[in-house]
Amino acid sequence: MTVWEKLRPYGMVAPAIIIFSLFFIYPIFYMIYLSMFDWNFVSPVKTYVGFQNFKDLLMEPDFRQVLSNTTIYMVLTVTLTTVIALLLALWLNRKSYFYGFVQGAIFTPHIISLVSISLLWSWLMDPEYGLLNWVIGLAGFDKLQWLSHPSTSLISLVMVAVWKGLGYNTLVFIAGLQSIPTDIYEAASLDRSKPWRTFTKLILPMLSPTLFFLVIINMIGSFQVFETIAIMTQGGPVNSTNTLVYYIYEYGFRFFKIGYASAAGVILLIIVGILTMIYFKMLSNRVHYR
Amino acid sequence: MAKIELKHISKKFKDETIIEDLNLTIKDGSFTVLVGPSGCGKSTTLRMVAGLEKQSGGEIWIDDKCVNDTPPGLRDVAMVFQNYALYPTMTVRGNIEFGLKNRGVPREEREKLVKDISEIVGLTPHLDKKPQSLSGGQRQRVALARAMVKKPKVFILDEPLSNLDAKLRNQMRTELIQLHKRLGTTFVYVTHDQVEAMSMGDEIVVMNKGVIQQADSPMKIYHDPANLFTAEFIGTPAMNIMNRKDVQGLDIQSAAGIGYVGFRPEQAMINAGADIEGYVLEGEILIRESLGAENIYQIQSRTGIFYVKTFLAPLVTADRVTVTVPHDDLYYFGLSGERLRGIEVSTKRPVPAGGI
Repeated sequence: MTVWEKLRPYGMVAPAIIIFSLFFIYPIFYMIYLSMFDWNFVSPVKTYVGFQNFKDLLMEPDFRQVLSNTTIYMVLTVTLTTVIALLLALWLNRKSYFYGFVQGAIFTPHIISLVSISLLWSWLMDPEYGLLNWVIGLAGFDKLQWLSHPSTSLISLVMVAVWKGLGYNTLVFIAGLQSIPTDIYEAASLDRSKPWRTFTKLILPMLSPTLFFLVIINMIGSFQVFETIAIMTQGGPVNSTNTLVYYIYEYGFRFFKIGYASAAGVILLIIVGILTMIYFKMLSNRVHYR
Repeated sequence: MAKIELKHISKKFKDETIIEDLNLTIKDGSFTVLVGPSGCGKSTTLRMVAGLEKQSGGEIWIDDKCVNDTPPGLRDVAMVFQNYALYPTMTVRGNIEFGLKNRGVPREEREKLVKDISEIVGLTPHLDKKPQSLSGGQRQRVALARAMVKKPKVFILDEPLSNLDAKLRNQMRTELIQLHKRLGTTFVYVTHDQVEAMSMGDEIVVMNKGVIQQADSPMKIYHDPANLFTAEFIGTPAMNIMNRKDVQGLDIQSAAGIGYVGFRPEQAMINAGADIEGYVLEGEILIRESLGAENIYQIQSRTGIFYVKTFLAPLVTADRVTVTVPHDDLYYFGLSGERLRGIEVSTKRPVPAGGI
C-alpha cells in the first residue's frame, strides 16, 4: 500500500472534517473556555474568573426570568404547533383539489424568511393601526396591546411561531398518516372500533415516530428562537420576551460581556444536549417502529 | 351461519363501471371461491359484502337482512386481508382480543376465547410478541385467529395465501379446508389462482370483467364449462382452443354457429392407434416437461401450438406424433364464446375412389 492509498480516505473526508471542526467543534470548546473568563472582546487581557460567570448568571433574577420565558415559550409553541398540526393533518389527509390547496396554503409561511414574517406580524399586531385590533374592534371587543404589554407579548410571539411552524408540521404528519396502510383502518372498522378508539389505540401509536421527531425538532427550534424577538420586541417590554439566545446575543454583542454570554451559551448547550439525548433514548425504547 | 345474496349489484369508480348488475347467491355454510384474473371485480365484490366498499346500486342480503346501510362492524362478518392488516402496535393477544374488547366481552371470557383460538391455530407461545417479530405463516395465523375469535356468520378471505411461499401455502390451504369443516361457517374466498379455487372451494364463481361467467361446483366448472372463458381459465395447462376454420376432418352436424373447438390437454392421447375413434391431429413435439407423475408436451401442429398432458406414462421420445381426442371430449363454443351442447360428430372417412 502506497502512502497515497493510505492517505486517500482521509483526504476525501478532510474538507468536511475541517469545516465541521472549524465552525462547530472549535467554537464550542472556545465558548466553554471563554465562559471562565472576564473579557470584553477587544482588550488584550482576559481575566480568569473560574465559575464566577455561572454563579452570577444563576443569581441574576433577569436570567431566571429569561429561562422561565424560554421554557414557557417552548412549552406553548411545541404543544400548540403539534396539536393543531395533528388535527389539521387528520382533516387534510385526503385527496382532492381543495385539500391540496389548503395544504399548500398552510405550508407557505414555512418558506418565507423569518425577518419578513416578523415585520409582517409587527404590523398586524400594531395596537393602533394593526389589522388584528381592527378585526377585534369590529367584533366589539376591547383592543389588545399585543407586543406592547408584558402580559400578552410572549403569547403573541408564540402565535407567530405556531403560525410559521404549522405548515411544516402538518406536512410531516400527513406523510406519517399516509404511511399507515388503509387496511388497518378497515380491519379496525370490522372489529367495531369506534373512531376515537381507532385513533388512540392504532393511529397515534403508529404516528409516534413522527410525533417524537416533531416534538424534539420543535423544542430545539424554540429554545433557539432569536429573529422574531430581535425584530419584534428586543426582549421587552420589561424583559417579558427575553429568551436565552437573545440574552446571549445582548450580553455578547451589545454589552461585550463575552465571558458572561459564553456561560449562558454553555447552559443552552447543556439544555439542548439533554433534549437531544432524551430524543434518541425515546427513539430507541418507547417509540413503535414498523 | 349465513346465506349471502347479492341482488343487481353494480359498482362504479367515478366514471368507470367495474361491476354491472351482478346477481349471486352464496349458500349457507359453503366455501365459495371467487376466482378470476386481476381487475375482474372479485375483490370489489368481496369488499362490498364486508361493507368496506359501498355498492353503487343493488342490495346485499346476509341471511334475511338487507345490510346495505349496516356498517362493516355490525354485519357479523370477519375478514382476513391479503397483507394481514395486523395492528403493529399491539401484541398477538392484543390483535386477537381487540374486536372482543370493542364488543365489551368481559375479561374472563376474553381470556378463555383467546386461549382456545390460539391453541387451534398454534399461536400459544407467541401471544405476547408483536406481529413484526413473527414469520409470514404466523402472521397469517394471527389474522385467522383475529377473524375466528369473533365467531362471525361469514368469513371473508381476500387472497390470504398470496404472500406465503409455495410450501406454506399448500399447508395453509389444507388447514383452511379443515377449519371450514370444523366451523361450518360460510367462507367467501377470493383468489386469482385457479388451483387454489379448485382445491378449496365447494362452490366456484368464475368472474371476468365484472361479470359472473359461471357459478358451480368445481367438477362442473371443470367438466362442463359454460363458456370459452371458464374453459380456458380453469385447468393447467389451459384447454386447447382451435378456430373452427382450422379444424378439419370432423364431420360436425349442425355446424352452423360453431366458432371454436376445444379439448383438455389431459384428454388427448398420444399415438393411440387407429382403433380409438376421435379427432386426430398430427404434430411435432417442441417441449417436454416431465414432472414425474405427469408429462406435459407442447406440440406444434399445422394450425398452431397445443398441449397434451399424460399421467404415469413413459415419456414419448418421438419427435412426430399423432394425437387423438375422443369425440366425446371435444367442447364446442359459439362465435361469441358461449358453450354449444349436444353437437354430434364423427370422423370424415375418405370416400374410396371409384365407388364400391
